[in-house]
Amino acid sequence: MSLLEVKNLQVRVEEREILHGLSLTVNPGEVHAIMGPNGSGKSTLSHVIAGKPGYDVTGGEILFKGEDLLEMSPDQRSAKGVFLAFQYPVEIPGVATMTFLRTALNAQRKARGESEFSTPDFLKKVRSVAASLNIPQDMLRRGVNVGFSGGEKKRNEILQMALFEPSLCILDEMDSGLDIDALRVAADGVNALRSPERAMVVITHYQRLLNYIVPDFVHVMSKGRVVKSGGKELALELEASGYAQFEDAA
Amino acid sequence: MNVVLAKTETAHAQSDMLAVARDRLPGAGKVADTRRQAFEAYARLGLPYRRIEDWKYTDLRVLMREVLPLAAAPDAAAMKRAATALKLHAIAGVRPLVLVDGVFAPTLSETAGLEKGLGIRTLREALEAGDAALLAQLFSPDSSDAMVALNSAMMTDGVVIEIADGAVLEQPLHIVHIASGMIPAAMFTRSLIRVGKHTTATLVESYIGAEGTKAYQVHDSLVVAIGDGARLDHVRLIEDSREAFNISSAVVTLGANAHFNTFGMNTGSLVSRYQAVIAVAGEGSRVETNGVNLLNGRQHADTTLFLDHAVPNCSSREIFRAVVDDRGHSVFQGRIIVRPKAQKTDARMMTRALLLSDEAEADNKPELEIFADDVTCGHGATAGALDDSLLFYLRARGLSEKEAQALLIQAFVGEAIEQIANDALRELAVLAAQRWLAARG
Ligand SMILES: Nc1ncnc2c1ncn2[C@@H]1O[C@H](COP(=O)(O)OP(=O)(O)OP(=O)(O)O)[C@@H](O)[C@H]1O
Ligand SMILES: [Mg+2]
Repeated sequence: MSLLEVKNLQVRVEEREILHGLSLTVNPGEVHAIMGPNGSGKSTLSHVIAGKPGYDVTGGEILFKGEDLLEMSPDQRSAKGVFLAFQYPVEIPGVATMTFLRTALNAQRKARGESEFSTPDFLKKVRSVAASLNIPQDMLRRGVNVGFSGGEKKRNEILQMALFEPSLCILDEMDSGLDIDALRVAADGVNALRSPERAMVVITHYQRLLNYIVPDFVHVMSKGRVVKSGGKELALELEASGYAQFEDAA
Repeated sequence: MNVVLAKTETAHAQSDMLAVARDRLPGAGKVADTRRQAFEAYARLGLPYRRIEDWKYTDLRVLMREVLPLAAAPDAAAMKRAATALKLHAIAGVRPLVLVDGVFAPTLSETAGLEKGLGIRTLREALEAGDAALLAQLFSPDSSDAMVALNSAMMTDGVVIEIADGAVLEQPLHIVHIASGMIPAAMFTRSLIRVGKHTTATLVESYIGAEGTKAYQVHDSLVVAIGDGARLDHVRLIEDSREAFNISSAVVTLGANAHFNTFGMNTGSLVSRYQAVIAVAGEGSRVETNGVNLLNGRQHADTTLFLDHAVPNCSSREIFRAVVDDRGHSVFQGRIIVRPKAQKTDARMMTRALLLSDEAEADNKPELEIFADDVTCGHGATAGALDDSLLFYLRARGLSEKEAQALLIQAFVGEAIEQIANDALRELAVLAAQRWLAARG
């Protein structure tokens, strides 16, 4: 069974159609890259999959492990294994990162009928994941993303991904705002999570990221549709010729 | 015509109230005279209503309608109900001083083994003893406010705490107001704490109702005098029955280089009003007065603070947070006056309200009156809903809607709770907030 099936998805925001019949199938173990010009609807797609309110799905469907994803609340989706690393992670003052991580992890486990993590086990797990991502301990004591640099926010997203062990990871421009070293560390973190059961959807503007996280498939999005799909060489092609050739196709 | 008639009837009922209660009200001679004058002041003013500027958001003629008769002195059954309620709200490591239905309850209180320099007696004893200086202090709250006047007239008991100069009290004092009765009634209490020079002390006040209590009325007041170089940490927790009324006043005076850290949390009662006058009367003093209202249903809670900076080189901070759900109504009125001599005053006030429903209401009235030129003063206010993007982030990480809200609400009120200096007391406030959040489901 496919992990994710997006079929002919049509989405409106405030009466304006943004996605005009988008289809995408992702199987376990695969890495898909989505590229496309600004405003083509990449983040919209990721938000609709994660269940962000404010989007009106007017047609099509999304199946996750064969179930109707659109019927689920965002937290149910998360407990089922959907994870979105946000393009712009929000700051949450007053909620310590550690408290947040533990509350989230235990909420997901509870929803799946699993036992909650004990404090020592949880701390051990967070510390080892944080260390592998070069995240200092004092960052974990601060409010969620509060005062984090752009790169630190992105690393915090990868940290959560490693901690929650989702089966579908959608990474929305995880490379934006990362310097070259941080990009390598984050990409290593993502690669460490690659497994035959888990799939990744990597949204990016730059071929560079795909040198680190090598995709099985590359899709080009334009004006709310997938206009071309291919192998990893498609990304190199885009790097050379840009999106102009697809604008008309859309 | 009808209106006049109604007024006369009310006035009748009111004057009966004092007469009926006379045997229960301690103090003869001067005390009795002062009570009568205070009662006359109250009878003239009547219950505060919206035309009285200070009470414009809390119209007691609409919300409370009438003052109930004085609660009966607690019998054995009442004491038993109170003891059960006390157990549920007991705080470890404190000295409980318990008032049941407005009467000091020695069996539920701890008055033995007082720390050096600590003196405790009941208001009844103090009024009966008639020490002139103490009486002057006890009657210092200003009867131009109707509810203060009523309280002065009707106060039956309370706790009088005197701490000698230089004493350092390790154990917090905990005044617990328990309403035990099944029959709606009013209790009138006044307590006093005199913190001697270079002394530190901690006072907690709790307001609770025994299981099954309904629309009772708490009429309380507190007189606080903090000596030079002394420090008082103060926490109020209002967890009264959801149908109860709590009308409380405080008058606080600070000496020189004194420090007052006070925090109030309101999760209980149907209608509550806390009005405090804080007079910063000695140079180099500091006041931190913070609070949290957590309201739902049709709860109405009003915090009205008046900070009076009369001398130079003092600072004050007010941080207030309200979380209002359903048809709740939170009111914060903060008045700061900086008198001409009070140069180098540093006074700030910040109030924020979180509205969880469309019908929730929060009113905020800051008033700064500054008569000195070399001062730093400021105030700010916000009101709004929970941030949708934060809620979605948390939900995308697995938190249910209620869990996500709870985490954000805790963070929101945390900014005020953090200001409580004492770790154990801060924990109490955190727990009270968690209880409220858990009750939301
Ligand atoms: N809440 C909204 N209200 C109105 N328009 C919106 C909203 N969200 C997205 N849009 C519009 O939908 C279109 C697609 O936006 P989206 O953020 O999905 O693009 P994107 O492909 O992620 O772009 P970028 O590469 O810049 O991140 C844009 O034209 C955008 O302005
Ligand atoms: Mg985007």
